[in-house]
Amino acid sequence: MAEEEAGGLVFHPMDQFVVKPLFGEGPVNWYTPTNATLWMALAALAITALLVFGTRGRAIVPNRVQSIAELLYGMVHKMVEDVTGKDGVKYFPYVMTLFCFILFANFLALLPKSFSPTSHIAVTAVLAVLVFLGVTVLGFVKNGAHFLGLFWVSSAPLALRPVLAVIELISYFVRPVSHSIRLAGNIMAGHAVIKVFAAFAAIAAIAPVSVLAITAMYGLEVLVALIQAYVFTILTCVYLKDALHPAH
Amino acid sequence: MFSLLQQTAPVVVEESETVIITESAEAAGHGAEAAHAVAGAADAAHGAAGHAASAPGMPQLDFTTFGNQIFWLLVILAVIYWVLSRIALPRIGGVISDRQGAITGDLMAAEEFKQKAKDAEAAYDKALADARAEAGKIVAANKAEIQKELDAAIAHADAEIAARAAESEKRIGEIRASAVEDARSVAREVTAALVENFGGKVDQGLVDAAVDQRLKGALQ
Repeated sequence: MAEEEAGGLVFHPMDQFVVKPLFGEGPVNWYTPTNATLWMALAALAITALLVFGTRGRAIVPNRVQSIAELLYGMVHKMVEDVTGKDGVKYFPYVMTLFCFILFANFLALLPKSFSPTSHIAVTAVLAVLVFLGVTVLGFVKNGAHFLGLFWVSSAPLALRPVLAVIELISYFVRPVSHSIRLAGNIMAGHAVIKVFAAFAAIAAIAPVSVLAITAMYGLEVLVALIQAYVFTILTCVYLKDALHPAH
Repeated sequence: MFSLLQQTAPVVVEESETVIITESAEAAGHGAEAAHAVAGAADAAHGAAGHAASAPGMPQLDFTTFGNQIFWLLVILAVIYWVLSRIALPRIGGVISDRQGAITGDLMAAEEFKQKAKDAEAAYDKALADARAEAGKIVAANKAEIQKELDAAIAHADAEIAARAAESEKRIGEIRASAVEDARSVAREVTAALVENFGGKVDQGLVDAAVDQRLKGALQ
């Protein structure tokens, strides 16, 4: 991918996504601490700092950090309750885990020289598959065979129902794919575009435009980081609602 | 077949950049294993070259790192879930419900205090009204008393005035009587003196009778 051009421009937009061992050079085994490990661990630390140390005062009148922690809690809690109903609230800790992990991984990935775990399909696919499997198992455990009513659109004409069932079934199994690729694609594309703009800054004449473009993209990426975390979480809630109340 | 590939591999290496010589050699071997059953040596070498070029192209599709990422992701997710479900979320939920409780309690206390203030105001108004009524009563009672005293004083003054007037009347009567008496004695003496001067014999009894006779009409 390293293309040498006449002006000496070198594009390495994907180098930032390479998973490397944190110490030394060796191969990446399953247990090797890598840059992915480091930045996921930093996300966990940041979450702990905000939600645990930020709230250690347990103040009735919160300070600034505790206000932010309560804001996140309130936002996700309200989302779970609004979308899935009262009986979905007991799955709130897991939804909150997903939201916090994605949000903090996205935001930390915006630091220069950082690594973005959520740009990797391996990470987002695991997140999406966990939701998919969890929701499917939960649907069958809670509703038994009635869960299949999710695919049997009883409000449609009888002749159409088998066709719709096939379509519903396909869309159900496409869920984890779109769920994971949406997140990874957004983060990867944004970071790669910033890198491409950065490479153009090597040409003095274009550099100011390049810096402006990077600034604009960075602002957009901050927005995308939040929105993608939100979208992932609200889709999780929607799938959870389907598992708890499969009837159309 | 493998030896054939080893012959073609240096060609691939020469085409590639010097930096990735070892990588492409490894990849060539890898590609050969993959293509072992399928294609000829030339095709295998071509696939190896393609693999060597695409490996750094899309790190997301480098399956050798998947196990690592998935393992560490599961570890981190478990840690975050544990921290959130055991510490953070119960604490924040507790703080929020405590605050809700405090607000509700404060509102109820405020309602209570408002009621108390209303009661106090009513009591104050009642006390004020009572005090007004009391004051009115006292004023009326005082007025009546003063009126009584005034009446008594007026009556007393009237009586005194009447007594004084009667006394004055009496004294005037006395003065008048004494004046009549004086006039009578003066008239008797003057008459007696006149009679004496005209050379008559003064019969006191006759003179008195004559004077009284003449005075009877004048001194009434």
